[in-house]
Amino acid sequence: MQLFPCPFCGPRSESEFHFGGDAGNHRPEGFRAVTDGEWSNYLHARNNPRGAANEIWMHMTCGEVFRMERDTVHHRVARSFAPGEGDGHDGMAH
Amino acid sequence: MVFSHGAAHEAALSLVIVRPRKRQRRAMTRHYSAFSLFKEGLRGQKGWQQAWRSPQPKPRYDILIIGGGGHGLATAYYLARAHNIRNVAVIEKGWLGGGNTGRNTTVVRSNYFFPESTALYDLALRLYETLGRDINYNIMLSQRGIITLAHSEAEMEMAARTVNAMQINGTDAELFDAKDVRRVLPLLNVSPQARYPVFGGVWQGRAGTARHDAVAWGYARAADRLGVDIIQSCEVEEFLVEGGRCRGVRTSRGEIRAERTGMVVAGHSSHLAAKAGFRLPITSYALQACVSEPIKPVLDTVVLSPGTGTYASQSDKGELVIGGALDRVPSYGQRGNLPVLEDVVSGLLEMFPSFRQLRLMRQWAGIVDVTPDSSPILGESPLPGLFLNCGWGTGGFKAIPAGGTLLAHLLATGTHHDISRPFDLDRFARGRLIDEAAGSGIAH
Repeated sequence: MQLFPCPFCGPRSESEFHFGGDAGNHRPEGFRAVTDGEWSNYLHARNNPRGAANEIWMHMTCGEVFRMERDTVHHRVARSFAPGEGDGHDGMAH
Repeated sequence: MVFSHGAAHEAALSLVIVRPRKRQRRAMTRHYSAFSLFKEGLRGQKGWQQAWRSPQPKPRYDILIIGGGGHGLATAYYLARAHNIRNVAVIEKGWLGGGNTGRNTTVVRSNYFFPESTALYDLALRLYETLGRDINYNIMLSQRGIITLAHSEAEMEMAARTVNAMQINGTDAELFDAKDVRRVLPLLNVSPQARYPVFGGVWQGRAGTARHDAVAWGYARAADRLGVDIIQSCEVEEFLVEGGRCRGVRTSRGEIRAERTGMVVAGHSSHLAAKAGFRLPITSYALQACVSEPIKPVLDTVVLSPGTGTYASQSDKGELVIGGALDRVPSYGQRGNLPVLEDVVSGLLEMFPSFRQLRLMRQWAGIVDVTPDSSPILGESPLPGLFLNCGWGTGGFKAIPAGGTLLAHLLATGTHHDISRPFDLDRFARGRLIDEAAGSGIAH
């Protein structure tokens, strides 16, 4: 059982969390036409890195969404950030 | 022995000359059969030949395959056998079949929903049915059937829909009621008080199990015999891209060039794709399995319960082979986490209360490549000259003969086989997903 750090609740069991995808995966928007390729890249393509990862997670117990930096090989968590914390490159609206 | 050259000795001489030749030829037992086993038994097992060579990589091949698992080795075999292209290398960073090929639960089946999927997986199952003879290697195929349980009236209706779809798509399927299920699973908890009561299920009788290592080793031996170079401990460091086209790879054992390259690396596809300069619609997860201590035969079919999320079969050694859902944390660590293992084992005990006395012997995980529609990706990658076979998720083992056949066709001709066309990477931009997660409820 691994503990993930929720920025609001502190360390909690991994089974309380839901993976939300890559941080910084911005939905293509605006008035210009979005091509099939751009839309598919946003909707389906993934970084899926082996090693250092920068991800969005939801703590389902409190319902909050946050960013977490961790390693996908040995699972060590480096940091987690509430929206608006850290370097701001989390791809979340604040 | 020395003889004079007199004519009187000719007969004896010929005998003397022929005998050692015969003995030399006999010293290498290449064909596997009951007779060769018997013969080697009489000769102290000294004549068995190594199953494949370990050659140095050549600087250039017609076709290079990255990944020495089942799909990669099968691709090499079908390139040589079906397309007569023998200047082929398979490179593997670890050892043959050491990834998901050696980590799955050995189930083969084709109980999918969409016609495209049935065409694909039933091709694999049909090829499995004759594979032992085709490659002269006993893959221990046991078509003991699979039962996918239904736990409510609503699930029975979905089961009937699945059976209809499978029959229309041309594969075998039968709708089982609760009595049929009790007949094939006498130890199953069918009490009305069970957490997941049993109403019936979907039966596919041609499904079953095959020995996973034997599939990898058998394809490797057969491909090697046809001239394919199989090179282990050879890791890809970068792709050689010239004129916007993949021309081979630089490896830990030097540059290897090829006209066309196939990438068959399952859970590590995104990692290599990043080196080639593109992203894939794949997330890598750990999928766990475990085995119990060996016991006498108690379970002679494969059983899958969508309710408990657990499936099980019994190996020829007597171990119960147990699997379940993915870990919910994206991962490249081939270990697996405890919450999912706990769910899987508690699901097994819910289904078979008598198994609670058993001890688990081993637990492990493989890294599986999950796509948004739970269907594989076959076709040319965004880097021309580099072809993909990936995205099988939790179900790659059952598809090995088809994945090999179809990637061999792509590499040999540069174009799709009819069966692989719907599984091209372009389906994601075109919106033509083949959503088996929704269609057949396959949990990957």
